[in-house]
Amino acid sequence: MLYALLCYNDEAAVWSWTAEQEAAVMGRLGEVRERLERQGKLGPSLRLLPTTAATTLRKSDPPLVIDGPFAETKEQLLGFYILDVADLDEALAVAKDLGEANPGGAYEIRPLALYNGGAALAAAAGA
Amino acid sequence: MTDPAWINAAITAARPQAVGALLRYFRDLDTAEEAFQDACLRALKAWPQNGPPRDPAAWLIMVGRNAALDGVRKRARLTELPPEEMLSDLGDAEAGAADRVDQADYRDDVLRLLFICCHPDLPATQQIALALRIVSGLSVRQIARAFLVGEAAMEQRITRAKRIVGAGDAAFETPGPAERAERVAAVLAMLYLVFNEGYSAAGDPARTGLSGEAIRLARLLLRLYPAEPEVMGLLALMLVQHARTPARFDAEGEIVLLEDQDRRLWDRRMIAEGLALIDKAMRHRRPGAYQVQAAIAALHARAATPADTDWAQIDALYAGLERLTPSPIVTLNRAVAVSKVRGPEAALEMIRPLGERLAGYFHFHGLTGALNLELGRATEARAAFDRAIALAGSAAEAAHIRQHLDRLAADHAPPDRAAPDRPPPAAGKSAPGAD
Repeated sequence: MLYALLCYNDEAAVWSWTAEQEAAVMGRLGEVRERLERQGKLGPSLRLLPTTAATTLRKSDPPLVIDGPFAETKEQLLGFYILDVADLDEALAVAKDLGEANPGGAYEIRPLALYNGGAALAAAAGA
Repeated sequence: MTDPAWINAAITAARPQAVGALLRYFRDLDTAEEAFQDACLRALKAWPQNGPPRDPAAWLIMVGRNAALDGVRKRARLTELPPEEMLSDLGDAEAGAADRVDQADYRDDVLRLLFICCHPDLPATQQIALALRIVSGLSVRQIARAFLVGEAAMEQRITRAKRIVGAGDAAFETPGPAERAERVAAVLAMLYLVFNEGYSAAGDPARTGLSGEAIRLARLLLRLYPAEPEVMGLLALMLVQHARTPARFDAEGEIVLLEDQDRRLWDRRMIAEGLALIDKAMRHRRPGAYQVQAAIAALHARAATPADTDWAQIDALYAGLERLTPSPIVTLNRAVAVSKVRGPEAALEMIRPLGERLAGYFHFHGLTGALNLELGRATEARAAFDRAIALAGSAAEAAHIRQHLDRLAADHAPPDRAAPDRPPPAAGKSAPGAD
C-alpha cells in the first residue's frame, strides 16, 4: 500500500530555527530516511519553501492568480504534482493546462526547498 | 514537541504579534513588554506540562493581558470585582483565547510595532536598536554587542528611544490604506537597515545574526501583506544577498569579491526562495527599488560563473533603478556593469561627474582605481587606490586595496592580463547590487 505523509508545523517557528537546530533536526531525519530508503519503504521526500513564496491558482473561469498559499477550509488536499519548470510563469501555465482538464478547486504553486528522490518503490511498480 | 528549543522558537515567532496586540491594548510600550515577559515565564512553566497551545501568540496575548491587568489592579488597590472575562485562569486562557482575540487586528498590530521603531526623530542606529529590542526581543546585552558599545550605553539609548516613541500616539489609530502603505515603506527601509547592519559585519556572529532576523521579520510582514510586490522584493533581495554569506569572507576574514567567490558555497535554498519571490513580484507590474535591486542580485545568483553574468541586463536594470531612485551610488554601481558591457573607458566617463559628490566615498575611489588599472594607467590607479585606502571602513576593505597597491608596486609595467580587474565592492550599505 502506498501512503503519503503530509508534514504540518508552525512555519514561523520552524523557519526561525538557528543553523544548529536546523542541522540537528536534519541530521536525525537523515538517519531515519536512509534506513527507510534501504528498506525500500520511502520514496520521494521533499521540503517546501515558506508559504510566503507560494502563489495560488483558483481554477475558476477565467483562472484567478492569488498571492500566497491556499487558505480556504472547505476544500481538502486531494493530491499533488512535482514540476520541473523554468519559473513561476511556466508553472502557472502548467497549472492552467491541468486545470482545464480538471476544473474546480485550486492549485497552490509552492517552490521546493529540498527534493530527495528516495528508493524505487515495489508497490509503485505494481500500481 | 515541548522541548526548550521548540518553546523558545515558538515564543520568538509569536513575539511581534503578541507584543503588538498588548501594545494596542495598553498603549504603553513598557507595560506591553512587561506583560509579554510575564506571559513567557508562565509559558515556560505551563507548556512543558500541558503541551504547546494551539495558537501560541493568542495564548501569550491573553495570559499577558490578564497578568498585566492583575498588576494594575493590585497597584491601584481596586476593591471592586474585575469583569468576569478577566478572571479567567491559565487553563481557560488557552481554550478561548483564539476566539476572543480579533484575528483581523493582528496585521495592524505587527505593522504598528514595527512602524513605531521608524520614528523620524530617531537616528537609523536607534531605530534598529529599538526594533531589535521590542520586535525581535534581543537582550540589551546582545544588541550592545552587535553595535560594539557598552551595555549601559545601549540601555540608555534604548530608554531614550522609547521615550521619543512614547511621546506621540498617532500610531494607535487604525491606519487608512494610504497611511498603511507609508508605514509599510518605512518599515521596509528599517528592515533593510537591520539587514545591512548584519551584512556589513565580517563573521561576527553577534552581528551577522541581524541579517537573518531582518529576513524573518520580512517573511512575517509578507504573510500579513501577501500581495505587496515591494515586500516580496526586499525579502528576495535580502535572501539572495544573505545566500552569499558563506563565500563572502576568506579564512583570514578578508572580503572575497563577488567575482572571486566560490559559488558552490552559496546557499541554494535561499536563492531559490528569492527567485520565487521575484517571479511573484514581477507579475504585479509595479516596479520598485527593492524589486529592481533583487532582480540585479538574482542575475548574479543565476550565473554559474562570473563570465556567465548577464551584464547587459544588469546595466538595463541599474538604468531603471537610476530612474526610480536617482543617486550617485546607483550610477557608480551601474558603471561596473557598463565597464563589462562597453569597457572601462565608458565606465570612467560615467563616474567622472560623480567625483565631487563621492569624494569621501571609498568605493568611488576603489572603482576609479580598478578602471584605470584595467586601462594600464598605473599613476592614476595608484592615486585613486591611495585615496580609497584612506577611506576604508574596515580592515578587510583596506586589505583589498592594499593588494592592488602591492601589485602595482610589483609590476612596473601595466598588467598585461587580458582579464579585467575586479569590480569594486559595490555592496555595502547603500549599494547592494554587485558585491
